[in-house]
Amino acid sequence: MKILGIDSSGLVASVAIVEDDELLGEYTLNYKKTHSQTLLPMLDELKQMLDLDMDTIDAIAVAAGPGSFTGLRIGSATAKGLGLALDKPLVAVPTVDGLAYNLWGAKTNICPIMDARRNQTYTGLYAFDETGDFRILVKQCAVDIHEIIQKINETDTPVTFLGDGVPVFQKVIEEEVKVPYFFAPAGLNRQRASALALLAKDYLEEGRTVSAADFRPDYLRLSQAERERMEAQKKEELQKGEFS
Amino acid sequence: MSEVKILGIESSCDETAAAVVVNGRDVRSNIISTQIPLHTLYGGVVPEIASRKHIERINQVIAEALKEANMTLDDMDAIAVTYGPGLVGPLLVGVAEAKAIAFAKNKPLVGVHHIEGHISANYIENPDLKPPFLCLVVSGGHTHLVRVLDYGKYEILGRTVDDAAGEAFDKVARAIGLGYPGGPKVEKAALEGDANAIKFPRAKVNGSEYDFSFSGLKSAVLNYINGAKMKGEDVNSADLAASFQKAVVDVLTDHALHAIDEYGATAFAIAGGVASNSALRESVRKACEKKGVPFYHPSPILCTDNAAMIGAAGYYEYIAGTRSGWDLNAVPNLKLGER
Repeated sequence: MKILGIDSSGLVASVAIVEDDELLGEYTLNYKKTHSQTLLPMLDELKQMLDLDMDTIDAIAVAAGPGSFTGLRIGSATAKGLGLALDKPLVAVPTVDGLAYNLWGAKTNICPIMDARRNQTYTGLYAFDETGDFRILVKQCAVDIHEIIQKINETDTPVTFLGDGVPVFQKVIEEEVKVPYFFAPAGLNRQRASALALLAKDYLEEGRTVSAADFRPDYLRLSQAERERMEAQKKEELQKGEFS
Repeated sequence: MSEVKILGIESSCDETAAAVVVNGRDVRSNIISTQIPLHTLYGGVVPEIASRKHIERINQVIAEALKEANMTLDDMDAIAVTYGPGLVGPLLVGVAEAKAIAFAKNKPLVGVHHIEGHISANYIENPDLKPPFLCLVVSGGHTHLVRVLDYGKYEILGRTVDDAAGEAFDKVARAIGLGYPGGPKVEKAALEGDANAIKFPRAKVNGSEYDFSFSGLKSAVLNYINGAKMKGEDVNSADLAASFQKAVVDVLTDHALHAIDEYGATAFAIAGGVASNSALRESVRKACEKKGVPFYHPSPILCTDNAAMIGAAGYYEYIAGTRSGWDLNAVPNLKLGER
C-alpha cells in the first residue's frame, strides 16, 4: 500500500511517500517561497529519486484544513488533479490531527497550535493511550488561545505544544499553562507529510476515503464577506425584532 | 493532418471552465460553471468565495469536458491553463490543478495569458482569421487595443489608465440599482432609452491617443444621479443607461477607427465579455464596413470567460514550443506578451 502525503496548510511545504511500514522519501521545506512554486517541483524530485511510477500510488493524503486558505487550496488542487489523473482516492486528514501525529507515542497530551491570525489559533488536544491508539480529546477548532489553555489546565495532565503558533503564543503559554508543558523540538514541531501519510494509513484501512472530485478543504472559517453578510443579516433581524 | 488535442483550463475570476480543443480551432467541448448567482449576493466577485467555489467544481468541470469530447486525459497532447492576469486565489486553483494533471500524466504544460485567450476566441469560429489583425479586448477586468502581429506576438497600442470598460458598466449598474453583473443589465435597460438624452464626456488620455479612461465617465454618471436626487427629480434609468453605454461605445469605436487608419489594418476583431454587447458590436461593425475592413467577433459564449479560448491560445503556444515548468505560478498582473 503506497500513500502520497501532501501538506501545504502553513508556511511548511511537505510531500512524502509511505509504503506499508516504511517511509520511502520525504521532502519538507520551511521557507517563505510560495507553495505554488515549491510543492510540485518537490514531488517531482521525490519521484525522480525514488524512480517512482505515479500509477503505483494507492491513495493521496492531503492536509484537509484548517490552515492558510491559499496554502490549503494549492495542496487541495494538487491532490485533486493527481487524484483525477491517476484515478485514485484522496484521504482527507484534518490538519491539526496530522500535526499531532508527529509526536507518535508521546507520554504527554499533545497540543498543536497554528497561528490563525485575528488572535486565534487552530488547535486541538490529542493523546496516545497505553495501547498506542490515537485519541482525540478536543477536536480541531479555531479558538482564542486562552480557551484551549483553559481546557489543558482542566486535564491536569502534562502537555507538549507544537506548530507555528508556538512562537506566536509562547508568552501566553508560559504565563497561563498550569500543568507541566514541553515544546516539541525542530524536526517534529511543524507539518510533516510523513506523519500525515501515516495517519492516512489508518483512515484508508477503515475505508475513510473521498473521491478527488468531491474533496474540498474544511477551512473551519467562513470568508470575510460571508461573515460580514451574516452579521449584517443578524443585526437586521434583531432590529426587526425590536420594532415588531 | 495530425490532430493536436489540448485540454484548456480557466479559473481566473468567477467561472470554472474546461474545454477540449483540436488544432486550436475545433472545439470538442466547452464546459463553464459560473458562480455569478453566488456573487450577485455581494454585488461583485468576492475572491475568497470564488476560490472556494473553484476547488469544489474543478474536477467535475474537467471530467465533463473530457466526457463531452469523448476523450480521456491520455488522448491530450498538452494541458493549457490560464496563469494570469486575474484574481490570484482563483488563478492558483486552476494552475495547481493543471500542473498536477500534466505531472501525473507526463504531458507538457502550457501557461496561457488570459487576454491572449480572449483574442484567440476569434480563431474558433472564423477559420479565415489569421494574424496580423487589430483586436479590441474589453471585459470586466481589461480594456486593451492590441496589434496581433503573429500567433503569440502582440503589441499593445492602448489600455485603460483606470477602470476597465466592463467595470464601468458594473459600477453604473449598481448606481442605478440594476445589480451585478452590470454589462447585460445596462444593455437591456438601454434598449428602452434614448442614447442622446444625457450628454456624458468622451474622455481622451493626454499624450497617449490609444489609451482609455472610464473613471471620469463613471463619476459623471454618479454626479448626474446625485444632482437629480438633490433636485428631487426622478432619473430615467433607461435614458441614463443608453447615454452611458453610448459614451463607452463611442470612445471604443473612435479608438478602433483611428488604429485601423494608422496601421492600415486588414482585419479587426473584438473580444472579452463586453464584446457580446450588441451596441458595441454594431458600432464597430459599421465602422469597419465603412473602412472596408472585415470585422470579427466571437459568439457570446466565447466572449465570456471560457476554456475553449485557452485551448485555442494554448495550441498556438504549444506548436511554437512554449512549455511551462512545475513551478508555474499564478501572476495576477501578468502583462500581455510577457512570460
